[in-house]
Amino acid sequence: MLAATFTLSDARDLVYLLAVAGFILALKGLGSPRFARRGNQLGAVAAVAAVAMTFTLPALRHSGRNLVLALIAMVLGAVIAVPVARMVKMTAMPQLVAIFNGVGGGAAALIAIIELLHLHSIGEKPAVYVTAEVLLGVLIGSVSFSGSAIAFIKLQELITGRPITYPGQQAINAVVGVAIAALIVVALVTGSLTPVFILLALALVLGLIFVLPIGGADVPVLISLLNSFTGLAVAASGFVLDNNLLIVAGTLVGASGIILTRLMSSAMGRSLPNILFSAFGAVITATGGEEGDASRSVRTGTAEDVGVLLAYARKVVIIPGYGLAVAQAQHTVRELADALAARGVDVFFAIHPVAGRMPGHMNVLLAEANVPYDDLKEMDEANAEMSTADVALVVGANDTVNPAAKTTPGSPIFGMPIINADEAENIIFLKRSMRPGFAGIDNELLYDPKTTLLFGDAKDTLQKLVAAVKEA
Amino acid sequence: MIAYVPVLAQVSGTGIVEYLTVFVLAAFVGIEVVSKVPSILHTPLMSGSNAIHGIVLVGALTIMGEAHGTAQLILGFLAVFLATLNVVGGFVVTDRMLEMFKAKPNERAAKAKVADDAGPAQDGGGPA
Repeated sequence: MLAATFTLSDARDLVYLLAVAGFILALKGLGSPRFARRGNQLGAVAAVAAVAMTFTLPALRHSGRNLVLALIAMVLGAVIAVPVARMVKMTAMPQLVAIFNGVGGGAAALIAIIELLHLHSIGEKPAVYVTAEVLLGVLIGSVSFSGSAIAFIKLQELITGRPITYPGQQAINAVVGVAIAALIVVALVTGSLTPVFILLALALVLGLIFVLPIGGADVPVLISLLNSFTGLAVAASGFVLDNNLLIVAGTLVGASGIILTRLMSSAMGRSLPNILFSAFGAVITATGGEEGDASRSVRTGTAEDVGVLLAYARKVVIIPGYGLAVAQAQHTVRELADALAARGVDVFFAIHPVAGRMPGHMNVLLAEANVPYDDLKEMDEANAEMSTADVALVVGANDTVNPAAKTTPGSPIFGMPIINADEAENIIFLKRSMRPGFAGIDNELLYDPKTTLLFGDAKDTLQKLVAAVKEA
Repeated sequence: MIAYVPVLAQVSGTGIVEYLTVFVLAAFVGIEVVSKVPSILHTPLMSGSNAIHGIVLVGALTIMGEAHGTAQLILGFLAVFLATLNVVGGFVVTDRMLEMFKAKPNERAAKAKVADDAGPAQDGGGPA
């Protein structure tokens, strides 16, 4: 082959290479607020170019019926994906990411299976390394698919979001694990189809039993890990198809996903193995019994009192949590911040890394309400200013300001870095009820003499506060 | 993955080693690129990288070109459909998230400034 002949196949590889560069730049851009959106758009352009170029494959172009079916499937997928992605509420973002991730894993597993079926149908016995690639694609892709599906069901609260444990759990895990290992060996040695199908079924079960015992605030970290798995499954399908684009894109996501998962778990003050394999649930039920301790008194206030307190404060720190999102109160909290800023109050938002339901989720929700990101301070930065704050206004947050994380070694959240709301001169909690937070544990801060509670829907209460601040 | 590498290299000659080289280099790039991401961008990054692995659509289309027989066609159709959901949904939802990340320092700062100039004189208040 001479360099002078630049074939269509070369052009395709070149576009794939450009797409790879686009993806790397996209990931890079996603790491900075200024370039994130352009980064993502670049990634989308790269993906469109690569997909368009794939239609130049002779096998696909000349396959008539296959081509038509592929186009129908694509149109169908796009017609469903676009409105869903456009219309789902920002609070439901974690489960949406879970489901888009799961289907990617499913696609990777299917590709591996089809390739194996194809090789068998043309009477070719696959080489051992091809079988190995197929097995990896099937295994990782299926685990990601069923795991993401369960994570979706949990986050959508179709089943309890709490960790699910059952008798004989360890034994079942062991049996599934050993069976999968045995099937891999059999498939590699015999190269036959049957063990691969059984492996597919067992991998789906593995995803299920892997995810069920993980619950509460740990699910988002899990989604990040499953995202990484899907990346690796895509890389495996790249090996199966001898496609560098899939290998690089999949591996990029696989590797960056692992790092992101570690960043997230360290933001929670926990190690990844601890999140995945600890009996977090058991600890919760042990301490959960104390919740709703009616004998202890809390101080409640009125919106008018608190409004005055806020209006004449020098520095107010707003600490938002998931309750804010549930009440759809992002816009109202921004109104409050604006009203305070208009009076010359120094006001900013202190964002815990895991506020909301995913790391960074709260930033997205506040950005949706047009809060400039300069007003959002990360935990460390906010904590440095906490002791000089007149008021810490906690809106629908709980675990992320719970001093038990610092003081109670037995607590499930012990070791998690928190926002030191307790250092502010006054603490205001906007809460719906005395119910504990996501982690299911009681919060000492509610009983602190510096604390005033405002019960009610966060949005209503904030509206009253805005009115009170304007009148004060 | 690493464990079977030497065996495969012997079995297959050159091809697989080249792909493994690409794999290892891509892993290092992936680690390097995201090692310094502020936590405010963790969610968009997760969502954005989720979209990127949606490029598995290229694989689904490739395999669809080779598919023969009903079983392969049905599975291929499903693979293309699922991959499209992943890539289209992933990029759209990430864009929607990032669309909202706007820096508007001027508007708010200006408002606060006006209030600063006019406000405290009448309000005269310190912390309550």
